[in-house]
Amino acid sequence: MKRTFDIVLLLTGGLVAWELLHLAVPFALTSPAGTAAKAWSMLTSAQFWPHAAETGKAFVYALLLAILGGLAIGLGLGLNRTGAEVAEPILVSIYSLPKVTLYPLILLIFGLGLPAKIAFGTIHGIIPIAIFAMNAVRNLANVHFKTARVLRLSRRQTLLTVVIPGALPEIVSGLRIGFSLTLLGVLIGEMFASQRGLGFLIMNAIGLHDVPTIMATILLLAVVAVSASAILLWLDHRLHHRVA
Amino acid sequence: MSARETRRTDVHAEMRGVTRVYGGSGGSAGVQALAETNLRLRRGEFYSVIGPSGCGKSTLLDVLAGLSRPTTGEILFEGRPLDGRVPDGVGVVFQEDASFSWLTVADNIVFGLRRTGVDAAEIARRLDHALRLMGLVDFAKAYPAQLSGGMRQRVCIARTLVMQPRMILLDEPFGALDAQTRLIMGDELLKVWRETGATVLLITHALDEAAMLSDRIGIMSARPGRIIEEIETRWPRERDSRIAANAAFGDITARLWSVLRDESLKAIRQGAGP
Repeated sequence: MKRTFDIVLLLTGGLVAWELLHLAVPFALTSPAGTAAKAWSMLTSAQFWPHAAETGKAFVYALLLAILGGLAIGLGLGLNRTGAEVAEPILVSIYSLPKVTLYPLILLIFGLGLPAKIAFGTIHGIIPIAIFAMNAVRNLANVHFKTARVLRLSRRQTLLTVVIPGALPEIVSGLRIGFSLTLLGVLIGEMFASQRGLGFLIMNAIGLHDVPTIMATILLLAVVAVSASAILLWLDHRLHHRVA
Repeated sequence: MSARETRRTDVHAEMRGVTRVYGGSGGSAGVQALAETNLRLRRGEFYSVIGPSGCGKSTLLDVLAGLSRPTTGEILFEGRPLDGRVPDGVGVVFQEDASFSWLTVADNIVFGLRRTGVDAAEIARRLDHALRLMGLVDFAKAYPAQLSGGMRQRVCIARTLVMQPRMILLDEPFGALDAQTRLIMGDELLKVWRETGATVLLITHALDEAAMLSDRIGIMSARPGRIIEEIETRWPRERDSRIAANAAFGDITARLWSVLRDESLKAIRQGAGP
């Protein structure tokens, strides 16, 4: 009950602040009501959906590649101590590199279009997923590996029934961050050198000084991203709670 | 001749001239954890190994279990040399909490059993029995995080038990528990030992634990460890921690300490002691 009240309070506060900002700089910010109305008209228009579908498609592919690649790298390195010691500084430096500087290279390799966006999204998401998975496996108690050997599990059984379930809470934390960064990567990819997608819609609207469209697109993206993040956060808490 | 034959078949597991050196490749000498160790476990006995801290007790257990290869020497379980794996029929309980936090108590207990091809009805039967024996019936659906350290160790013992091991090795399983819980757990371990008929090897640093639980006690030297003396308690098979009131208990503890005191002093001088 108190939690519900807190959430309502926070949302109201945010909307009031937004409205005040709108009143201060009306040329850069649409009001909450105006943005919602514009978002609704976009959702019911025919031009919006191909762009949303393009972004959604690029994002789903990028996220799948980031998850599969990140887990393969992370679990593989986590089980190999020497490999992990060599790879960790490399992964961390790639992680801290502003990846937007790599975009020209990606465009040269993949050309304009969907593959470049997917690749750009994937390189954003894959590293945190790999780092979290690697550390999750490295932090598994050694006694779990000993137990697996006493119970005469095969390597495959050990991976599937001890390593992955044991590392899952941390893996989900990594997925949460990987999710946000992959979306970021896809949108940045669409903002430059792209003719389709929600990122393009925003850049195009900037050119036309169409503030309501910018705001409405941001609002719709925020709703999707925050919902997904909330689901993953809930899962994260649930898994961690059981361990603590 | 025939008496000698019987005694030989009574040997359940044996360490012959086993040593273990850690590291030491590429010129450096490495650390010798086990000096030449000989140990014979009789089928069905309760054997404790006691020794000063850092003397190689856990190394002895790891090597005997097949979790770690000896540097030299040979280990036989039921007459067959170990092949680098933990042999079928051997169960191990560790000092650290080895319960899986993501599984319920019941799922933890049958974890290994589910991967052996035993049918569902038999799994249910053994689970039920283990839950009763370890006093975990009311906690079958709980997760380890909801249990105390003693209860989690019971889960690990139950997980070993359902595999119906013929030899159970325990590496200071009650080391992290408070004194009273340790006594109770010792009694439960005796119950498990009697009921399963398994050979038990218990690693401990507690004199009273070794004295009240064991048929025989091997005392280890300071590092590099080896068994320097064995003491036979001659307790009846039906026994529990109340045996501490027996006059012989004081004698056994005193004999243990008279050997162990010198070794503990050596260990402290080595810097390995507490």
